[in-house]
Amino acid sequence: MRDAPDPVCEAGLEREHMDDMGAIVKEFILESGENLDQLDRDLVELEKNPTDGNTLASIFRTIHSIKGASGFLGFSKLGAITHVGESLLSRLRDGSLVINPQIANRLLALMDGLRQMLSHIDKTGVEGDADYSALVEDLTHLQQIEPTAAPPATPPKRLPGTSSSAAAQPIDLNDETVTETALPQKEARATTDERNLDAPPERKETQNITSSQGNVRVDVRQLDVLMNLVGELVLARNEILQISSIHEDSALVSILQHLNFITTELQEGIMKTRMQPIDNVWNKFPRMVRDLAFQRGKKIRLEMEGNATELDKILIEAIKDPLMHVVRNSIDHGLETPDKRALVGKSAEGRLLLRAFHEGGQVNIEISDDGAGINIPEVKRKALERGLLTSDQARLMDDQEVMKLIFLPGFSTSEKITDISGRGVGMDVVKTNIERIGGKISIQSEPGQGTTLKIRIPLTLTIIPALIVTAGGDRYAIPQVNVLELVRLEEDEIGTGIEKIQNSSVYRLRGDLLPLVWLNVELNVENRPRDTCAAAGIEIVNIIVLRADGNKFGLVVDGVEDIQEIVVKALGKQLRGIATFAGATIMGDGTVALILDVVGLALHARVLAKLREQKPAAEERPEAQRFEEIEKLLLFEGPDDTRMAISLDFVTRLQEFASSSIERTGSQEVVQYRGTILPLERIATLLPERRLRPRRSKSKAEMNETLQAVIYSKDGRSGALVVGRILDTVEQNISNRCPPSRKGVLASAVIQGRVTEILDPEVICAGLSSLSHANQALVEAKV
Amino acid sequence: MTERQQFSTFLVDGFLFGIEVEKVHEVASGAEITPVPLAPSMVRGLINLRGQIVTAIDLRECLQRGQRSADNPPIHLIVYTDDGFASLLVDQVDDVMEIDEDTFEPPPETLHGRFRELIRGTYKLAGRLLLVLDAEAVMNGISVAIPGQSDGVYEGVASGSPLQS
Repeated sequence: MRDAPDPVCEAGLEREHMDDMGAIVKEFILESGENLDQLDRDLVELEKNPTDGNTLASIFRTIHSIKGASGFLGFSKLGAITHVGESLLSRLRDGSLVINPQIANRLLALMDGLRQMLSHIDKTGVEGDADYSALVEDLTHLQQIEPTAAPPATPPKRLPGTSSSAAAQPIDLNDETVTETALPQKEARATTDERNLDAPPERKETQNITSSQGNVRVDVRQLDVLMNLVGELVLARNEILQISSIHEDSALVSILQHLNFITTELQEGIMKTRMQPIDNVWNKFPRMVRDLAFQRGKKIRLEMEGNATELDKILIEAIKDPLMHVVRNSIDHGLETPDKRALVGKSAEGRLLLRAFHEGGQVNIEISDDGAGINIPEVKRKALERGLLTSDQARLMDDQEVMKLIFLPGFSTSEKITDISGRGVGMDVVKTNIERIGGKISIQSEPGQGTTLKIRIPLTLTIIPALIVTAGGDRYAIPQVNVLELVRLEEDEIGTGIEKIQNSSVYRLRGDLLPLVWLNVELNVENRPRDTCAAAGIEIVNIIVLRADGNKFGLVVDGVEDIQEIVVKALGKQLRGIATFAGATIMGDGTVALILDVVGLALHARVLAKLREQKPAAEERPEAQRFEEIEKLLLFEGPDDTRMAISLDFVTRLQEFASSSIERTGSQEVVQYRGTILPLERIATLLPERRLRPRRSKSKAEMNETLQAVIYSKDGRSGALVVGRILDTVEQNISNRCPPSRKGVLASAVIQGRVTEILDPEVICAGLSSLSHANQALVEAKV
Repeated sequence: MTERQQFSTFLVDGFLFGIEVEKVHEVASGAEITPVPLAPSMVRGLINLRGQIVTAIDLRECLQRGQRSADNPPIHLIVYTDDGFASLLVDQVDDVMEIDEDTFEPPPETLHGRFRELIRGTYKLAGRLLLVLDAEAVMNGISVAIPGQSDGVYEGVASGSPLQS
């Protein structure tokens, strides 16, 4: 009994049909989106070479196929607008109009309009009611313009390139094989039967087949799922490997080796599927550069090399904005206007080169222009004006250091804030974002010659090598890309190796002061105060030297395990606000370990902010110039009316003592101060005197005078240094220095018009332990 | 015919709570919890749920009901949320109950504090009340905003860490 169609079945068919339509529309939107990107590039290309028949034909064909599909799918508005565009293009094609910036602008605006409509269709399924009548009017109006310079020498019904010339010259389109293969046919037909051009849907189909031969369009989410699964597999393998190390079974071991091999291969294979050519970002640039150059009245030729260089999808996303910013910067600040370029004898057209290539397992991206280069004095002036450095620091910096200033937060040299760049959130954000994905950025610039920015980033992020450390009983993973080296201090090295400047500890790593951060303190997992680091309780200190934001710092951890490949997993949204963690991973034993975000940790520990302040002057100075960093000095009178100074950083306070209050424990002079006994040192005994017989400067009459002392402290122990007379505190860089005159002196310099010896705080602090013994021995020897 | 709704029920500090059964994925116990330093106190840590990293949230802390005694290890009630799985730590898991919708009442006016924020209403059962926990409200009540976080923002484009995307 099938007299009436089953309503359920019919509804099902209907739905199926709708689903089919939905899939077709989706496909159409996706494909048109890609086509529009290509059109952007082609139009820019055409504007440069107005007689390039190949490009024009490609544009025409693409627009036509969008029009055809819109009609088929019932998007009448889309169809109508593309039709107007197509009409204008046909005027270009038949040679009755030649492309000019005005036409190019309107055609590009058409692409934007189409994009808008497509995205509306994508979201809502309908075309929407946005009004494009002005655009349509403009496009129609442009068609009515009388042919201007275009000489009607060639028959109007011919392609400007003509089939003969197009076939004769080798086609040098490098990016799309489809265009190359399809063109000759098409042009051949065009000459024989003009009307055929208007009906290329079959050809469209064949093109589709050629372009997708051997390729499958896969949903990115599907790839993410696969990637996750491979991640799981890697973890499962790690677990099994861990178990197998306990059981010694040769059969198991051989199977495991096989599993290990397959897993690694699979991991690499899947990772490759996520690779995308950098062109996915770059293809936006021709249009962007053209529009910006137009706006700013500049002429710019964009060249791109290595468009096919591949990197992970996530990285592609991550570098998109930084690259755009850098390119904008080059156009806005780097490249000059044509008349300025003419003045210095450069060609009117500026050159902007983007280059990408693989090297050493990393992706290198270079953005160079042949513009004015970085204006060093201007950068200095701006940095001074914005208080990013002091005038003394500025004087000492070389050009390379000055260039790095543009990466400082709050730096922008643009006089006026434009919509292109100069918002003050410039290069520092670029730098931070590049470093967030484990990349590095550097800059080279030659005044008048141009600027090159080099970016190095890793290939992938999802599976990364990481150093596993422990703190407060838990394990943490540190991305290997941030780790510079490991330093292990044994018991006897701790006391001397780790020094304190006010409240922060530093370690002297080959002459550079490395700020130290205790992981358990920062994470608040164990309340070991920083001060007790040098106390006897700790036998070994593990310092991980880390790089964050171009600066180095040392992270002190309880223990160091090994380096492992870990799979980065995101934290739940409740925890994403914790800047200290980049994610989490599952370890071989199945437990969860957090992944440290080194930049976030450095900011949390305030070591980065500190570094950023002192960085301009302090970066990687050789040991011999260390005292240049000393900025705040305490000036006092030494013996025999000499002048001396010591870094204020070591001074906790100034105190006067009556000389009668000095007592002795053994041979050591001591003084009572706030309930503690401070060892007392005198400059005269501390420094080796050059004179053979020291002048007796203190007589018995002076016994009742008031002594001025400097209280200093190191590692929680304090001492008092008796000085002649406290004179002043000065803040300055000691530029006109001489080598040290004797032991215990860092340098001699002219301060306030007098030769002044700058004392080495090390020697004074050493007096807290060893020197007092030495003194004792000395005194005993004299007795 | 009254609508009936099934609830997974559990106990926190003696109170009987329920979550719609379709929002509960599973019950787990004994999972090793990795603490997350600097996290809000409600976050007890992270667990490995068959390869997925799941945040464990202590309902005692959320409801300000004091510490659980050490000899009573918490039970993980794994629930679906907008942001994937989450684990709610409860004292004890009870039955699945099927309850008439018409015994539902909005939270009483006298209810204050965290209970009021996290409870959607109550069902009057024979002899006791079932408090309906709003899991999304629990999740949304937890967030960290660390001042001075230097997340650069391009015009219109928030640029978070790609590791977290």
